[in-house]
This record gives sequence, C-alpha cells and structure tokens, in this order.
Amino acid sequence: MIFGYAGKFLEVDLSTKTFRDVRFEEEVLRDYVGGRGLAAKILWDRLGGRWENVDPLGPENILLFLTGPLTGFFPGGRICVSGKSPQSNGVVGSTVAGEFGIELKCAGYDGLIILGEAEKPVYLFVKDSDIEVRDASHIWGMDAKQTVATLTKECRELFGKRYPRKGLWKEPAILYIGPAGENYVRTAVVAAKWTHAAGYGGYGAVMGSKRLKAIAVKGTGPLPEVANLEKVKMLMQEVCNGAYENELWRRWGTGSGGYSFGAKTSSEPIRNWQEEWHDERSFGVDQFENRVWVKSYWGDFGCPTTCLKLAVVKSGKFKGAITDNPDYELQAYLGTNLGIFTPEENVYLASVIDDLGLCGIQTGNVLGFAAELFQRGILTAEDLDGLELRWGDAEAFALLARRIAYREGFGKILAEGTYRAALKIGKMKGMDVMPYAVQVKGIGVGAHGIRSGRDYPEIYSYACSVQGGDHTSVACMPIGDSRSELIIIFHDSGVYCHFNVFNIDSNVPFKFYEAVTGLELTKDMWVNTKALKILHLQRAMLLLGGPDFRWKPETHDDNPLRFYEPLPSGPFKGKAARKKYVDEEKRKYYKAVGWDKRGVPKSETLRRLGLEDVDEVLKKLR
Amino acid sequence: MASKKEPIWIARDLSKCSGCRKCEVACSLFHEKRIWPEASRVRVFMLIPGVEFPHFCVQCEDYPCVQACPVKALFVSNKTGAVLVNNEACIGCEKCVEACPGRVPHMHPKENHILICDLCGGDPQCVKACQSGSWSVLRVISRGDHVYKLYARTPEEITRDLAVKIYGEKGGQFL
Repeated sequence: MIFGYAGKFLEVDLSTKTFRDVRFEEEVLRDYVGGRGLAAKILWDRLGGRWENVDPLGPENILLFLTGPLTGFFPGGRICVSGKSPQSNGVVGSTVAGEFGIELKCAGYDGLIILGEAEKPVYLFVKDSDIEVRDASHIWGMDAKQTVATLTKECRELFGKRYPRKGLWKEPAILYIGPAGENYVRTAVVAAKWTHAAGYGGYGAVMGSKRLKAIAVKGTGPLPEVANLEKVKMLMQEVCNGAYENELWRRWGTGSGGYSFGAKTSSEPIRNWQEEWHDERSFGVDQFENRVWVKSYWGDFGCPTTCLKLAVVKSGKFKGAITDNPDYELQAYLGTNLGIFTPEENVYLASVIDDLGLCGIQTGNVLGFAAELFQRGILTAEDLDGLELRWGDAEAFALLARRIAYREGFGKILAEGTYRAALKIGKMKGMDVMPYAVQVKGIGVGAHGIRSGRDYPEIYSYACSVQGGDHTSVACMPIGDSRSELIIIFHDSGVYCHFNVFNIDSNVPFKFYEAVTGLELTKDMWVNTKALKILHLQRAMLLLGGPDFRWKPETHDDNPLRFYEPLPSGPFKGKAARKKYVDEEKRKYYKAVGWDKRGVPKSETLRRLGLEDVDEVLKKLR
Repeated sequence: MASKKEPIWIARDLSKCSGCRKCEVACSLFHEKRIWPEASRVRVFMLIPGVEFPHFCVQCEDYPCVQACPVKALFVSNKTGAVLVNNEACIGCEKCVEACPGRVPHMHPKENHILICDLCGGDPQCVKACQSGSWSVLRVISRGDHVYKLYARTPEEITRDLAVKIYGEKGGQFL
C-alpha cells in the first residue's frame, strides 16, 4: 500500500448496472502514478490491441475519472477525465478543477472506471461505499444550472433519508454534461460548478454516449494517510507562499492575457486567427473587473491562487448572464476570435456555452471557422439555415452554439468539431477548406499563437504534442523544461492544478510526491523513464487512431496552415512559421524523445522503456 | 492572535469567500491531524456554485445548544467564550443541533460525538488560513456586547441572501 492513495478504484458497468472494486499492482501505481498516466495505462491494457476499431462514442470505450496521489494535498484540487478521445482518437488527460477528486478519495476511491452504456439516462450516486446507478430521465435535457440545482437538492435529501441525522448534509461534488454532451457533440465537456470544464478531448460526448448525465459523490472519510505529514504541511505552505506572490494571476486570473497576448505578444486568435493582434483597450481585464465581476477571488479546494472570478452582466440586453472570469482562453475564443470586443457580450456568450455544456475553446474554434467561411462566401446564409454569421454578432454565435449543442440543421456538421466539419464541408462544397481549420489532430489549437515567437509555445509545440492543439500540454525542448509536456504529464498524473507551480522551484512537485507517497522520485527519474513511458503510450494510441481516420505523422505532425501565413498586422507584422524550420525542429524533438524520422516511436526506445507490447502493435505503422 | 482581548469572536464577511476551503483543511489538520473536510468544525457550503461560505458556530449570547444538552456534555470556555464538547460524555443525540438557530453543529463522521467550533483555544486556525491568502473573510476581533446570535442562520437562509447579493434578484432560483 502506497501512502496518498485511497487504495481502490470503482469500476461500474453501465450496461449491466454492476460494480466492483479494482486494485492495481503497486508497480503500476509507481510507474503511472494516477490521472493521465494511469489513464493511458488502463486504456492501453484494456483496448490497445484493438484500438483502431474502438468507437470513442460506442459502448466499448472506457470513461475514466482519476485522481492522483497528490489530489487534495497539492494546493488546487482537480480530477482527470480520460478515455479514447472523440476529437483526436487518441488519449487526452483532461482535468477539471473542483472538489470531486477530494470527495472521491474521501469516499475511499482513487478513481472511477466506467464501462458499457446505459439503456436509459442515468446518473451515478456515490456516498462512501453506497453506490447506485440512478434514473436520470428527470434531469436529461437540463442545462448546467438546472442540473446542478436539481442534483444538489436530490442528493442532500437522499443523504438525509439514508443516513438520518439532524446535522445538515453538505452538497455532494457533481460532474455532469449539458445538452451538448447528451447529443454526443464532439466539443462537449465534462463540467463542474456551472463554469468549470474538462474540455480538451471531448469527453462530454463520451459521457453522453453512455447516457451518463452526471456523477454525484460524497465521501465522509479523511483523505488517505501520507508518508510524512509534517513535510506535506511544509510543502503546502511553500506552494501557497509562492502563489500568494503571483499578484497578476491572483488579481486578474489568466484574463489579464486578454489584453497582453493581443496587444503585446501578438499571439491571440482574432477572427479565426486571421490576425493575432489587437489594441482594443476597452476589452482589457480592468474593464471586466470594473463592469462585470461580482466576486474577485473564486477558486476550488485548497487553492491559494483562486484565479477565477464571477462575472454577471448588470445591464443591457444580456443582463443576468453569469459566468466565471472569463479566463484568457474564453476571452479569446468567445471574444476576439469571433470579433467580439465587449465584456458584456463575451460574458453572455460564455454563459450560453456553459449552460449548453460546450467547450468554450473548441466551440469558439469551430464557430470562428464557420464565420470565416461565411466571410469568404464559402458558406452562405442558406447553408446556415438563414443565419448571417457576421463577426461580432454575439447573438448569432449564441444561436449557432445552440444548434451545435442540439445538432440542429448546419449545427449537426459543426457538432463534429473543426477537423471533421472541415472534411464534410470540403466534400459538400467541392473545395479544400482545411486552410481555415486552425486545429492539430482533431483538437482546436488553444489561444496561444506561435507566429510572433513571443508566447510560450514553440513552433513545433502543437505539431508534436500527444494532445494535439491542447495549449495546456505542449512539446518543448529540453524535454525536462517546465513547459514540456513530460513535466505537464506529472501535474496531470499527480492530479492537481499546475497554475500553482509557477512561483516555486521545479523540484517541489517531486518532493511533494515523495512526502505524500514515501516513494523516491526526482525530476530526472521522472522525465527520462516514467514520463516517457506515458508519453509513448499516448503517442502510440494517437497514431493508431481510428475508426474514422488515422493520423499520418509525416502529414499531421504539423501546424495549422494558417500559422504559415504572415501576420497581417501589429508589432510582429510579417512574421510566420517557416516550414523548413518547423521540420528541422520537429526532427530534433523526435530524436529527443526517441521517435524515428517519421515520428513513430522507435523499437529500441519502446524496449528500453519496457513497452515491448507497444512495440509489437506499432510494427504495422513502420 | 494574542493582541485581541479575550473572549474573542470571528468576524465574517461571507460574500467574499472564494470557496478555497483552506479553513476546512486548517481546521481538520489541527483537530484531526488529517485533511478531513467532513470532520472540520467549519464547513464550507456550496448549495449554489459561486455562493460558498464558511458555516460555523457564532457563540450565541444565550448558548441554546449548551442549555439543550441533556447530559451536560457541552460547556462554555471561560477563556474564549467557545462552546466546548466533552466527547466522552456526548451521546450523539443531536439535541444541540435542533436547538441551534443555524443548525450549525454536526456529528463527527466516524465517532459518536458532536462537532462544534472551539476557537482553537483562542488562536483559530481557519482565520490564519483565510488571512494568509488575504481573502480575509474571517477575522479575529474581541468579543463585545453584540447580538451574535443574529449570525446563527441555516445554510439555506444564508445561501438565499448571498445568491441575491451576488447574482441579483433572481439569484434564489438556483437553490
């Protein structure tokens, strides 16, 4: 038994409504830790042999909700959602903040393994060892706010009924999907607390395909015992002290980027990335703070940063719209990327996206894609069921988002996400529209451009990442760099918020791991062995892909075509990624992680890492 | 907080609560030597997202919980004014919960006794945690002659008020 773990996982088969406890060998937990790493391991072991044939939206997909040993201890609690991604056909470790992981560990489980699919809508109820697959027909179809209100009330009543006492029950932690997930929209999220989302990967669609509307969990036990409590307390304080110094993010959250990435680094998506520069001061974070914020610090379990803020539109036609910050990504993707430059319209659109259970980034990406096609006359109002999709028209974008969530009219095509929609529209119009699709391997690129060279991703970062366009996990050299996804894999496998690591020494997370688990682990050990193993499992499943298509590394390990077009405006006007340079850097990266010239993991690398079985399966790709 | 004259009181500015639950972490680490949210004497309720707040004892002037205890397991600390629980004597009848206007006390999740804030003997850990991050929802002040009992309200009552304050007139509909 390793310290920091509850010691067992709950496996639920929705087809048969049966469940059982699952325990992993200590060696598996030592190597794959939890969250993203363990997800890759579970998916490979159970589905690796037939990966190409597994439909991400079919009953054979496995949906995972995994904590890690550091969840609840490292400040900033999260839970990792994973499975075969309906966006990339690979594996994404998609994390969402909140109390879910803490409640789950306090209930005695390190994670949930969801199999099969329910016949009718259900939700999973977990109160310590009291597990029930419950009817969800009364909440199916509800938006985020209705779902949370109904389940909070219902579960508290259930607690009271089953465990009678006069003291009051707190709410359970709830993960849920909105209408978009129910309609297996590929840009649907697994959400928490109205505005929090595990967005990348599209696991809301997987949850919907299993007819699993929500999971509510209450754990009444303590978090698991740790190896060295005094050390853990000391490290918690160290992480918090670092975060307390980070005034920019504490005060403004990532929303500060809405102006700085646009005006200064020139790396913000504007009108589907046709530009990456704007100098619209009225869309700065101070305007959000003064006009719409009703709470300046909002956060989740144990978080010292509380980078979220609550925003409410106070007047005008969008009065009453509620969302969080919006953070930088949503200011960009539901703001500038759609030609929207007022806090009120931005908050309104973010609230619509929250309520529908859509991903603000992926949906903002596909909406921007559609709007550019409209701008160019490739899509007409007739194609769009009468909608004039003009830049800056928040209501038009909100309407189209609804049609996406409910798969109505043209929304049905856009519900497939940018890459698949581009394939369909290309066929429909008899022309290649992929140059307007700003995505990598099925995943819309996060709101950090590479053309100016002033933001954090490198020119090969998205192209080589095992999570495609995901801006939270990008490829970087040296591979032990704090921006590298080999380090990010640690945060996503220990499962905590990596926004709390910016002001601390890069060895602290590993010291934290040692203090919690009692196992030795240094950054070097991690990067050169364990992290590489996880990266290779993810790479293998990404390349195997299927069933609708398979990525070819020589073609698809690349930037969106847009990034090769020179920036048309701003201080870095004229700058663009150069193909030759990207290819050179790509090859260096392949070498650094042990892939061959085509980008396929080398046999010798896999064997050195003890992944002989992966090597066998990858033979067909060589 | 030795600078405050005892008995003390924890002043609270609930609408500023970030929901970080560091008070729960600090409380349970101090009293239980574990991170144990359900065994924390201060509990953060979130009946509506964004409307989080710490719910804990206000030390009513007339201490109805102490009066309601049939086995005299509850008593008032002369030093701090806190309600102290004699865990061995407590029979878990929850008469104190019924007597509390805010339904604040709650049973320990694993042991048969009630949990009530003891002000950590005069140096409340939750306040330190809240202050350290400068959220300052909680603050130690000297206890005066005020109607502290007004603060003893149920989570539902507090939520309804805060929801309107934060989200506007329709805020209550999310409950």
